[in-house]
Amino acid sequence: MSTLAEQDYGTPAVAGPATVEVDVDGRTVTVPAGTSVLRAAAQAGVDVPKLCATDTLAAFGSCRMCLVEIDGRKGTPASCTTPVAPGMKVSTDTARLTRLRRAVMELYLSDHPADCASSPGGADCELHDMAAAVGLTQVRYGEGLSHQGDQGAAKDTSNPYFTFDQSACIACSRCVRACDEIQGTFALTIAGRGFSSAVAASAGSPFMASECVSCGACVQACPTTALQEKSVVDLGMPDRSVLTTCAYCGVGCSFRAEMRDDVVVRMVPAKDGGANEGHSCVKGRFAWGYATHRDRQLSPMLRQSPADPWHEVSWDEAIAFTASRFTAIQAEHGVHAIGGITSSRCTNEEVFAVQKMIRAGFGNNNVDTCARVCHSPTGYGLKQTFGTSAGTQDFASVDKADVIVVIGANPTDGHPVFASRMKQRLRHGAQLIVIDPRRIDLVRSPHVEAAYHLQLRPGTNVAVVNSLAHVIVTENLLDRAYVAQRCEPTEFAGWEAFIADPANSPESTEAVTGVPAAMLRRAARLYAAAPNAAIYYGLGVTEHSQGSTMVMGMANLAMATGNVGREGVGVNPLRGQNNVQGSCDMGSFPHELPGYRHVSDDSARQVFEQLWGRRIEAEPGLRIPNMFDGALAGTYRGMFVQGEDIAQSDPNVKHVKAALAALDLLVVQDLFLNETAAFAHVFLPGTSFLEKDGTFTNAERRINRVRPVMGAKCGKQEWQVACEIATAMGYPMSYERSSQIMDEIAATTPTFAGVSFARLDELGSIQWPCNSDAPEGTTIMHVDHFVRGLGRFVPTPFVPTDERTSRQFPLILTTGRILTQYNVGAQTRRTENVRWHDQDVLEIHPHDAEERGITDGALVSIASRVGETALHAKVSERMPQGVVYTTFHFPASGANIVTTDISDWATNCPEYKVTAVQVGLLTRAPDTVAFAEASPELAT
Amino acid sequence: MSHGAGTDALVRMVNQIARNVSPGSPEVAASQTASHLNSFWAPSMRAALLEYVASGGAGLDDVALAALSEVR
Repeated sequence: MSTLAEQDYGTPAVAGPATVEVDVDGRTVTVPAGTSVLRAAAQAGVDVPKLCATDTLAAFGSCRMCLVEIDGRKGTPASCTTPVAPGMKVSTDTARLTRLRRAVMELYLSDHPADCASSPGGADCELHDMAAAVGLTQVRYGEGLSHQGDQGAAKDTSNPYFTFDQSACIACSRCVRACDEIQGTFALTIAGRGFSSAVAASAGSPFMASECVSCGACVQACPTTALQEKSVVDLGMPDRSVLTTCAYCGVGCSFRAEMRDDVVVRMVPAKDGGANEGHSCVKGRFAWGYATHRDRQLSPMLRQSPADPWHEVSWDEAIAFTASRFTAIQAEHGVHAIGGITSSRCTNEEVFAVQKMIRAGFGNNNVDTCARVCHSPTGYGLKQTFGTSAGTQDFASVDKADVIVVIGANPTDGHPVFASRMKQRLRHGAQLIVIDPRRIDLVRSPHVEAAYHLQLRPGTNVAVVNSLAHVIVTENLLDRAYVAQRCEPTEFAGWEAFIADPANSPESTEAVTGVPAAMLRRAARLYAAAPNAAIYYGLGVTEHSQGSTMVMGMANLAMATGNVGREGVGVNPLRGQNNVQGSCDMGSFPHELPGYRHVSDDSARQVFEQLWGRRIEAEPGLRIPNMFDGALAGTYRGMFVQGEDIAQSDPNVKHVKAALAALDLLVVQDLFLNETAAFAHVFLPGTSFLEKDGTFTNAERRINRVRPVMGAKCGKQEWQVACEIATAMGYPMSYERSSQIMDEIAATTPTFAGVSFARLDELGSIQWPCNSDAPEGTTIMHVDHFVRGLGRFVPTPFVPTDERTSRQFPLILTTGRILTQYNVGAQTRRTENVRWHDQDVLEIHPHDAEERGITDGALVSIASRVGETALHAKVSERMPQGVVYTTFHFPASGANIVTTDISDWATNCPEYKVTAVQVGLLTRAPDTVAFAEASPELAT
Repeated sequence: MSHGAGTDALVRMVNQIARNVSPGSPEVAASQTASHLNSFWAPSMRAALLEYVASGGAGLDDVALAALSEVR
């Protein structure tokens, strides 16, 4: 396919200091040594015709279109596979080349559908562009008679988002190579030989039945209409594009929203996107239809009580009602009786506005964020050890890693675009250690196999990381020079003594963790001996009663081996939502102002007090679970919830729902009437990412612009709503445009001092810190010294969770997410992604299933100490014996009916990953109220 | 202001913090626990716990009890 705005240089860029000067058609160009002649020509402004070549894939040399002549060399070599040489003189436009190219092109067109050019997406076919480029006007061999049949005759329409038309395929292998080289799934091949060669998915399956993960790389790579988005077929070719940022996971992929009038035709990953470099996944590439879904609630609504029906009102009435009720609650119950939650799905500017509304408008620090339930331990742990709450690297850093440790993360499902990059590095020789109870895909997938899979029991992360460190300390594998130069000596000495205790040895912890001591020792040696070793982790680390301890344990490990402060190393949280990093940066935690400065910091508080004209409280406010407890106790009575479905996503939802039901005023701002809105008195419509104007910050601290491709469907930007509520409550807040909010962030937050919309437009993206010391941002953190100065080792005692298995609850339930769905599913459930995953299932080991008489697909009950629900079983050897797993994408599954309110000791991040349960074959309808509430369609 | 949250939850949380802070002497653990509460807990929660201690403090671990003497 062709994109509207990006030049294709034919072959990938080559990095390196050495350069070569060549002459192309009389133009002199200097390029890095190793660059192809094709790319050098493109950089010189000479477009050589090509079909099988594209700058996202290694040169292939099959189409014979990019032929050139080179002085002193015989024949007409393919310029894509010919590297430049000093003094090379290249001719790209000679009579001989023209004759050859026309002859080849004639053959292509003789086997290409005649009506291709006039088809709805025909303008997407590079074959016609190239025919024009070589000046071909007539085909002598019966043009349009595809040996694969007429166009459409052999079309595979099984995938909901794109079609594959064999008749339009020119067998250039770009799709196959994209699947192999970029995505790393190896789902496609060229089947057959000679003239019978044809692209096949999984040895001839329809795409939908194949291993294809619908990342779109093949569609992106296809030079014809053989692989084409259905939306292009339906809507026609786009005529303009807007560069923006995906609103799904924390990878933060850049996309060009390609538009036709005011309708999005397709989302095309941007090659110059700092996070994704032209790649995408099924969610960002295709699952954006929710933004215009009929379920969107576009008008504000009110009701006196959640038992009453909603009625639509004007914005003015909704704002006035909200403000008056919040004010009345404070008048009656005190200033601390209200608060709010910011959303990691919203922009930095929207989040900043809401926390300002709460801190300055409400007059308290009762602001928290959905990061509470995912990466709050990252904030605590990395700040304690390194000095700030952020991943240490950029994504590209993984290209330099020699050993990659993946702990409690499933990147191929949760962060697929980064996983593809990681797999590229693994295929090029890096070693992999996976620490996870489940056998995730990374453990063994095409051309990737973990050196070690430490299949620990849920809840024993800290024991494992302590044992890894124990081996490194007791076998003297430390980088003592690094530690001596970079870390606090007293703290290190204390940690070294603690970790050397035989209680932390792998042999001592094996009985608890289930990880064979010998394997753990080998893994520790591999990590310690690597020139560059990098840790990547996810919610399998943080969502435990010792989530913060584990984060500090990983930081200890990295410091002890000198693996912080350069490319290829580091400690890297894989953030769940698009703006988890940003929402935390923006002061969403009740104890921290924007930029992670504690509210007790007088100088930091004064900055805001002077600018905002209001006193900021010097004491922390309530966290989300504290808000729930306060609601049940009657001391916390009003709540603003921005873009988060806490009645589905938070643990022990029975407790959550009771708390929400106890509130005098619940205000929900969202795209849809979600589960939480069932308890709301005010519903305020929100904006989708296609309507937002602001920034998201991804897991590598990269601030990306989110540009609107259409106006706000509800009539207001979300930051405007926060301003109007605050103003109606007596605290005037207003901005003319969202860039002014970023200017205020920059003026008050040292790590953002150099950030502005104009600067983002200029640089494309910026990784914070960005200030006078780093005017273009910071790729790698802690290079010469840690943010806190010297790195701090923190002893990490293993304290088992209070959640224990028993005869009544003998299994451990752990939860996660799947590739095609996203969090509570509010977005992805409203797309064709349900074709892959239309319900949550319970994965269970064959032995555990057989013991209970459970067969694949059976309806089973899952009961914990706090609730019961039901799911269909999926018998799977990915699970270890004794552990079951489910996702939480569908409200009906009620996964969080059974999870408990046990939480991380330091941050109250819920322990989603460890719930003792019993699973049984469901032979009768469950009679618990919780089950009936959560699973009405299953209960009937 | 009374936080009003279930005291059981507060007791459970402070005991958990006391068990998880750095392993050292009880005095150090108590000091670190107190520091954590002062830094991260809302005043209403701290006040509720201090009120509970004044009424006997049943269920609080020794380190947690010691920590509360340093809580504001």
